[in-house]
Amino acid sequence: MINNDAQKSDHSNKIEEEEEFLSFVLGDENYALDIMSVKEIRGYESVTKIANAPTFVKGVLNLRGDIVPIVDLRMKFNIGQATYDEFTIVIMLNVNDRIVGVVVDAVSDVVKLSAKEILPPPEFGVSFDSLFLRGLATVEDKMVILVNIAALIGSDELGLIDLNNTAGQEL
Amino acid sequence: MSVEMSQFHQVFFEETQEHLQQLEQLLMALNISEPDSEDLNSIFRAAHSIKGGSGIFGFNALADVTHIMENLLDKARKGEFSLSIHAVDVLLSTTDTLGEILNSYRNELEIDWLKVTQAQGTLNELLADQIAGDADAADQGFGLFSESKANESEAFGFFNEPDALAEQAKSEDGFGLFVAEPIARPNDTTDPGFGLFDELLSESAVELMTPAPSVAMIRPSGAPADVKKAASTGSETTLRVEITKIDSLVNLSGELVITQSILAVIGAEVAGELGERLQTALLELERNTREVQDAVMSVRMLPVSSVFNRFPRMVRDLASKLDKKVDLIVEGGATEIDKGMIERLVDPLTHLVRNSLDHGIETAQQRLDLGKSEIGKLLLKAEQKGGNIVISISDDGAGLNREKILSKARQSGLDVADSPADEDVWPLIFAAGFSTATEVTDISGRGVGMDVVRRNIEALGGHVVIESKAGEGSIFRIQLPLTLAIVDGMCVSVGQQVFVLPLVHIVESIQPSLDQLKTLSNQQLLKVRGEYLPLLNLYQLMDQKPAHLTPDKGIVVLIETSKKRFGLCVDALVGQQQVVIKSLERHYRRVSGVSGATIMGDGSVALILDAESLALQVKTLDGVNK
Repeated sequence: MINNDAQKSDHSNKIEEEEEFLSFVLGDENYALDIMSVKEIRGYESVTKIANAPTFVKGVLNLRGDIVPIVDLRMKFNIGQATYDEFTIVIMLNVNDRIVGVVVDAVSDVVKLSAKEILPPPEFGVSFDSLFLRGLATVEDKMVILVNIAALIGSDELGLIDLNNTAGQEL
Repeated sequence: MSVEMSQFHQVFFEETQEHLQQLEQLLMALNISEPDSEDLNSIFRAAHSIKGGSGIFGFNALADVTHIMENLLDKARKGEFSLSIHAVDVLLSTTDTLGEILNSYRNELEIDWLKVTQAQGTLNELLADQIAGDADAADQGFGLFSESKANESEAFGFFNEPDALAEQAKSEDGFGLFVAEPIARPNDTTDPGFGLFDELLSESAVELMTPAPSVAMIRPSGAPADVKKAASTGSETTLRVEITKIDSLVNLSGELVITQSILAVIGAEVAGELGERLQTALLELERNTREVQDAVMSVRMLPVSSVFNRFPRMVRDLASKLDKKVDLIVEGGATEIDKGMIERLVDPLTHLVRNSLDHGIETAQQRLDLGKSEIGKLLLKAEQKGGNIVISISDDGAGLNREKILSKARQSGLDVADSPADEDVWPLIFAAGFSTATEVTDISGRGVGMDVVRRNIEALGGHVVIESKAGEGSIFRIQLPLTLAIVDGMCVSVGQQVFVLPLVHIVESIQPSLDQLKTLSNQQLLKVRGEYLPLLNLYQLMDQKPAHLTPDKGIVVLIETSKKRFGLCVDALVGQQQVVIKSLERHYRRVSGVSGATIMGDGSVALILDAESLALQVKTLDGVNK
């Protein structure tokens, strides 16, 4: 079904270079991220809480021997309800050689988009800082917000990465 | 550069590094008044091997310097040149220069030709001094040239080319060929002889294996056979393996331990006869897993001597700089510790040794005045004690100056009691910015060192203990865990979560009665055998909802760190377990109070508590109380 949808949307410009995006839902909004950074998609399972971490960092879990942090994007961006049930999804991302899991409401599709179809990001109107926006696209009459996931995960805002190795001193 | 070529380069760099180390060690051990001819031969061979290898790869800077060095050593081993202390000094500093050049080549940096020329100059001077009275200077010149061309033939030796030896037959006729060449060859990077060879190399490494008849072969007096011998020995007993391969083996064996404990949890649920059989098999599996893990870990273990070996040289240099006489004794170099730790031990150890030399041991005159032996003693010792490695650095010098430390501490605004016990005074020197040296020398006195020493060692999970007696000397004891990857831990639970406390820090666990619990301006205290210990609530530190809010319902774990003793309140003890340390920083970041994470038998993640940083929490509470 994924392929069918993707083909429908790009019948007209087959020759052009296309990128694939994984689209997902946060609350009522549709987002998408570069599929190349997706490692795997799995259901939400309980995590080990980390003390004094920001609330949107749910904790860490064991991904086949790696200790991986889980971030709830819904809490980070105040979209929708941060509830956890059997339909809650975690997208495991591999960004800059680090693995991070992000919690989303649902994963919808893989969409192919050509550069022409991606519109420049608006200056306001989304919960995301425009720095983390790649652009906007329309898929099946719905607006999809393309997230620059590498910039988001690496940003100080999420606090997932120690900055300039001051970790040793902060104790 | 082709892939194959860079592979050869890597081998060459590694071998040369080893040769340089060997060179240094041999030179250090050399008895100057009566040099052992076998030692001299080994030294010569090491230099010779470096020269041969660098020649073949066109590393001219290396080849040029080692060439003169080899000349000198060759004369020394033949008894034509008598080594003096000065000569050994020059040779040692040349070894350093060679190391620098090697690094430049390794990192593909610009070669510092000035240094090369200088090194050549000093060596030549040394040679010239010795043969000043020598009649035949011209002969000397020839000798130089004949050997400079030796690279070609020895180069084949490097690849174990048997025919290279046959070339020895070629005689002095060739000399004429080279006499015409400018004498200023050492600085000449585009030496025609080398150029020819470089071209050969770039074509194909395989071609080197077959002797090209077009290359003129002139045999020097050296012995390429020795190179072959040196290269082939050892290859049967050791295997050079990339560290990443070993690391992945270590990781996999860690995974194995985790899977095994998951199986053990499941196995406990199986009832009946089948369950019993399963238990037996699981026990077997547990033992085997542990053995596999031990074996894998032992691969990562290296003898401490790889750190210790650098000290004889350093002590020698420093002692002469400081005009002190010091006898360095190294013990227990065979003690093995984790490779990861070895690398991170170098800096702290270097600092402590420098410190002992600079501040500890007195000058020869002072020592004589004090009725001590003129030569100071510095003992570097490693030993395994239980689950720990203890490295001690002891000297028989002046010892730490209690008064000086105290006054300096007060000056720096550190919190000091009126008449503290000695063991409370010594750790003060680890405070940041602390130095009692009245003058800043290039050896010590900047006060940036000791706190770094302590931090480095604590980062390795170890700690430093100081013993000192005025006038008799001081001992710095570094206690380190055997390995970085596994820790013996006590699992404790708070609320829904399990935490691991390293066993080394746990003194005992008690269930306190109400009359043992006191409060002092909001600080909870626990009275144990007449001593009041501060209490920390793990649920507060780790942001959990505890089963019991008051300590008398739960368990208090008494923890001892290098700084403090305190009690940690938890809900319950879960059990003792060996856990594999996983990095939290790999995918997340450092978390205060936590040194890492591990995966429990059920696949969930448990955080490993860092007792030392928890102890800091006590300190801040202390501050509030005062």
